[in-house]
Amino acid sequence: MRIEVAVNGEQREADVWPGESLLFALRERLGLPGSKNACEQGECGSCSVLLDGTLVCACLVLAAQADGHEVVTVEGLADDGALHPVQKAFVEAGAVQCGFCTPGLVVATADLLARRSDPSEDEIREALSGNLCRCTGYQKIFDAVRLAAR
Amino acid sequence: MEVLNPHTLEEALQAKAEHPDAVPIQGGTDVMVELNFDRRRPEVLLNLNEVGELRGWSRENGTLRLGSGLTYTEAMEAPLAELLPALAEASRTVGSPQIRNRGTIGGNLGTASPAGDALPPLLVEGAEVELASTRGVRRVALHEFLVGPKRNAAEPDELIAAVRVAPSGGQQTFMKVGPRNAMVIAVCSLAVVADRERGELRASFGSSGPVAGLVSCPLDEAASLPELVVEAASPIDDVRGTAAYRRHALGVLARRALERCLA
Ligand SMILES: Cc1cc2nc3c(=O)[nH]c(=O)nc-3n(C[C@H](O)[C@H](O)[C@H](O)COP(=O)(O)OP(=O)(O)OC[C@H]3O[C@@H](n4cnc5c(N)ncnc54)[C@H](O)[C@@H]3O)c2cc1C
Ligand code: FES
Ligand code: FES
Repeated sequence: MRIEVAVNGEQREADVWPGESLLFALRERLGLPGSKNACEQGECGSCSVLLDGTLVCACLVLAAQADGHEVVTVEGLADDGALHPVQKAFVEAGAVQCGFCTPGLVVATADLLARRSDPSEDEIREALSGNLCRCTGYQKIFDAVRLAAR
Repeated sequence: MEVLNPHTLEEALQAKAEHPDAVPIQGGTDVMVELNFDRRRPEVLLNLNEVGELRGWSRENGTLRLGSGLTYTEAMEAPLAELLPALAEASRTVGSPQIRNRGTIGGNLGTASPAGDALPPLLVEGAEVELASTRGVRRVALHEFLVGPKRNAAEPDELIAAVRVAPSGGQQTFMKVGPRNAMVIAVCSLAVVADRERGELRASFGSSGPVAGLVSCPLDEAASLPELVVEAASPIDDVRGTAAYRRHALGVLARRALERCLA
């Protein structure tokens, strides 16, 4: 079936299998591999995207449900090649090791800071509780969030 | 495989009548996991995201009507969170922000898991489920709607349209036991309300029996509640915990809940 989705501000069309996820469509049909596929069951957050401005796991959205809607992926955060402040902060704080969790954490952090520009420690932890990182131990990630909030 | 995309409730009910085997999908947080892992390959998926009538909530006299598409994130927001505080507390324990943004109350009822976190808070408030089909609308008490583990009373041509609840206004709380605060399927859970108007305490427990259980006692016999809860529970040993631990934990939760609700 054919779907039409506004991805990162651009109207895109894709032929999808009716049962496939938005994550699969983004990665395999639309050439946007930034959103990562690690668990396909909503547990890790590495596929986090914004659907109509709301933070969701792309692996749990049916591609067909995104038809006629707006999606922003990690690829859509940088502005004309200039890194998003959250991306810059992750680089500066050394919050990236293998990098597999990074796109999801960057999108989740951008979502948090758009809603709360100066989040408390608890708010940061709660906001990122759906994003797993197997490398960093999270301290540098929290540093990056605080850095980006400044 | 085919996806149907109704834009009104009438269209959705028509579609369900024509395709009784169609699997409804709202937030997809249960359905997509099954699709992704090829545990289920339905002929027809019925996407309810475009059906405006299923979204949000409204108030009719003293009764709240929660659309089946109400998300946990929405249930955590005022003023709804103040009207149904235990549901708001339970919602906050569901999954992660990403899951709460998509997962719905209707989906939790549809799945009817013994661990469904929306169920105990709705049970203690005497919620009713509004089931709709092209044949009409009927209301079923939530405790009758939950007929077994992952089984509910909806007929094949019916959709869950809404949950109706008249808030008691009583002090209430929800508690959940698990290894961390986020991303936890309850080892066991408990909702309690002190309904002063009816002079009654009601408690509902999750993950401690085939369906979420409901017990009650007079307010002036509050001290008997923990034992009532523990006796009504029929937990099993599984990967998340033992039956003995669950019984013990329910007793502890019930005593804590009393402190909170009778303060
Ligand atoms: C990572 C993760 C964490 C989770 N954590 C929790 C948790 O902490 N607590 C908890 O309780 N649950 C949890 N869940 C399970 C799930 O999020 C909830 O059960 C949620 O409420 C399902 O809602 P949904 O809208 O996503 O349902 P969907 O997946 O869209 O549907 C669920 C079921 O209900 C049926 N259905 C949906 N809408 C209707 C309708 N209107 N009429 C008839 N049938 C319908 C569907 O056909 C399906 O069988 C978690 C899931 C994931 C993936
Ligand atoms: S791949 Fe979607 S949450 Fe893990
Ligand atoms: S940097 Fe490797 S998983 Fe987070």
